[in-house]
Amino acid sequence: MAYVSKPIMKKDAVALITGKPVYTEDLAPKDCLVVKVLRSPHASALIKEIKTDTARKVPGIECILTHENCPKNRFTQAGQTYPEPSPYDRYILEDRVRFVGDAVAIVAGTDEKCVDRALKMIKVKYEVLEPVLDFRTAKDNPILVHPEEDWVAHCPVGADNRRNLVACGREGDGDVDAVFEDCDLVLERTYHTKANCQTMMETFRSYAYLDVYGRLTVVSSTQIPFHNRRILGNALGIPKSKIRIIKPRIGGGFGAKQTGVAEIYPAIVTWLTGKPSRIVYSRREAMIAGSPRHEMEITVRMGLSKEGKVRAIRMYTLSNSGAYGEHGPTTVGLTGHKAIPIYTPEAFEFVYDVVYTNVQAAGAYRGYGATQGLFAVESTLNEAADLLGIDPLTIRRKNFLKEGQTMPAYYGELLESCTVEACMEKCREMIGWDEKYPRKDMGNGKVRGVGVGIAMQGSGISGIDVGSVTIRVSDEGHYNLMIGAADMGTGCDTILAQMAADCLDCDVDQIIVYGVDTDTAPYDSGSYASSTTYVTGMAVVKACNELKNKICRIGAEILDVPEDAVDFDGRDVYRKDAEETKVSLKDISTKNMFGCGMDLEATASHSSPKSPPPFMAGMAEVEVDLETGKIDLINYAACVDCGTPINPNLVRVQAEGGIVQGIGMVLYEDINYTDQGAIMENSLMQYKIPSRVEIPDIRVEIEGSYEPTGPFGAKSVGEVVINTPLPAIAQAVYHATGIRFRELPIKPEKVAAALQKFGEK
Amino acid sequence: MILKCWINGKAVTADISPDMALLEFVRSQGCYSVKRGCDTSNCGLCTVWVEETPVLSCSVPAVRVEGKHVTTLEGVQKEAEEFAQFLGNEGAEQCGFCSPGFVMNVLAMVRELEDPTEEEIKEYLAGNLCRCTGYVGQLRAVRKFLARKKNGEEA
Repeated sequence: MAYVSKPIMKKDAVALITGKPVYTEDLAPKDCLVVKVLRSPHASALIKEIKTDTARKVPGIECILTHENCPKNRFTQAGQTYPEPSPYDRYILEDRVRFVGDAVAIVAGTDEKCVDRALKMIKVKYEVLEPVLDFRTAKDNPILVHPEEDWVAHCPVGADNRRNLVACGREGDGDVDAVFEDCDLVLERTYHTKANCQTMMETFRSYAYLDVYGRLTVVSSTQIPFHNRRILGNALGIPKSKIRIIKPRIGGGFGAKQTGVAEIYPAIVTWLTGKPSRIVYSRREAMIAGSPRHEMEITVRMGLSKEGKVRAIRMYTLSNSGAYGEHGPTTVGLTGHKAIPIYTPEAFEFVYDVVYTNVQAAGAYRGYGATQGLFAVESTLNEAADLLGIDPLTIRRKNFLKEGQTMPAYYGELLESCTVEACMEKCREMIGWDEKYPRKDMGNGKVRGVGVGIAMQGSGISGIDVGSVTIRVSDEGHYNLMIGAADMGTGCDTILAQMAADCLDCDVDQIIVYGVDTDTAPYDSGSYASSTTYVTGMAVVKACNELKNKICRIGAEILDVPEDAVDFDGRDVYRKDAEETKVSLKDISTKNMFGCGMDLEATASHSSPKSPPPFMAGMAEVEVDLETGKIDLINYAACVDCGTPINPNLVRVQAEGGIVQGIGMVLYEDINYTDQGAIMENSLMQYKIPSRVEIPDIRVEIEGSYEPTGPFGAKSVGEVVINTPLPAIAQAVYHATGIRFRELPIKPEKVAAALQKFGEK
Repeated sequence: MILKCWINGKAVTADISPDMALLEFVRSQGCYSVKRGCDTSNCGLCTVWVEETPVLSCSVPAVRVEGKHVTTLEGVQKEAEEFAQFLGNEGAEQCGFCSPGFVMNVLAMVRELEDPTEEEIKEYLAGNLCRCTGYVGQLRAVRKFLARKKNGEEA
């Protein structure tokens, strides 16, 4: 392989690093109307009256929309394949507001100043209602978040707006209770994680204009161009043929932009006024009206033999979807599906409820439920190991999944590639586990502890995600690769080109990648669910093979020999029995321009019946100051099995970045609400993401495997990498302090308070 | 009001509103590398130099640069391209949105600190947040870039 498994530089690297104007806001026309949203100060209220007449008189104001003059079509903003599992529970604007930050009015004007002035002049009379703020009491609460008659769920996910349910369900395999009866140890623990914010550096941004045919073109920082076309069509009540979505460079997504958070606002303004318009979310807006991780409370009951074999797991997940249901029914599934299978229990039961409450609606965030589920299962296993007097690595060795096993808790899939145990052993060497486990008193009031976490994820959504590409030969024999998958900084444009270059035996610079424009790219479900490398990558392999056959066919015609007598080496089509008889790709492409009855183009689509899991092991070493509770991360070692790493540099950076987001979730990133339901951590001042001074030298190794259903043996890597720090660091803190923290984040004040209480006992 | 200053070596005269931030001003002058990432002066994305000193352009009123030299990434393209080889070779630009502010501070650090330690590097760049890379790839790139500068100068 000339390019696959090589650490080549991303095709767009130099442009991005040297600050070229390639992001949404940089590209918007200069005469765009500025669009802003008036947001609700109440968690639950009815709009009794809304007065906009004075606001309309502000010079420069072009358009003010309220629930009174906005189309009323229930839709979901979730970027999912149709029919979406998420309920259709939104209007663009409604006479009911459901969280602090919900949209009340849309204002567009010639500049920011006039829009800000007009926003202040809109007078709203609210009838304030009692909100549902505690997700533990939301189910079957007499107060309904969505009492409306036209609420609709298109999929049988157990949703019921009359019960505040976005989804509910139960699944399992084997007789869990009978196995628990027979276990030597049964323990039950409950874990709580918050509604963490993706905090991508570029907030939500979009602009819209009408093209020469009067169609609505929306340029947006989105992971889901094709889904967004449907979302806007549904919301505006116009045909999809009238809408075109273009994705330029994206300043990070991590799932946030798998929801159509902001596109609708410039879209409706432009559709109604005919004028170009743009929206740029402030950081505060992105943090109070974005699409964060689902807050979850997960109870795990685990039964084991005294030797440490995990025999049964029962999991109950309560997920807080907030005011709207985006990604609620699907994220919850991953808490079970991606956490229960690793230790191959004889029996399992997975029960869940996803509820509506009057807080910011949740969405997709890297890990998508698996992060929360793995924190619960891994932490419970760590506790079980202690109770049984077995060290946490030994207990895992006794339970790990192995290649060739079928996974009843993972859709019954056969596991064909897995090096999870080797990953763990590698980490053990990297961090020096045997010398450091479990703790070391530093003699200065500080104690160090180590901890471990194991993780899996999927590679695309089996049978649902679709990746498609078109590749064609251009002048002089270079190739255009048109993709519908959205590179959001991850480097998919580059890794897909690496695959294409190896399929076609050419230089990677000969592959010109273009993405994404819904008018030119073949349909792709989008960049989420760890799907791009595995699913779209396979579409690249298929399309390239088909194109190669076409090149050979035309070459054989020119050489006047049967098609099976020739082969293509990337430069020439040559006779297999007389290699000097050949015709170059350049000549073939030239001849093709004059029409030889065949297009030198291939489009291929791929969808996999499987979602082979990547695996990861992570080990943390922390130092806790027993007086102040301050936790310093000293060391983090991780090892990942992503099948074949297509670009080892990008795999490493994905892993490092994911780990640091996980570190943020376990140590710093907190979400709290006022009594009225407003988020207190609504800026980068209060919501503390890790800065470089807190981060030690994180070391990442790759322990590859070969996934036979993936392109070049590849699986995914983008999401699995966020999952290990939660259980690993929580256990390291336990080893240092003797206290188990089952709610994240573990902040110094909590540690100090717990240590004081502990000392008093 | 009328503002006169230099942007990337070019004399600029503009009629601006007194409350305009330097960030908005340099973007209005076509310096699109300069990005806004927060509302609270925390992210470092908007870093530019005023008289060679890095500042957060979101927190500096444009009127404060009257008569001064402002430098954005557009003005130091050659050096940025040089550093790009190191950052790109680690795959550590990822989404790239924080790059302009980060690169401006890296280049300022190179001018200001001689042979900085790892601690000093982290300290100097602490105000530049990045959500994609976890910082370790950026640090590898900075170290290699500094080593090349040092060796290059010695050679």
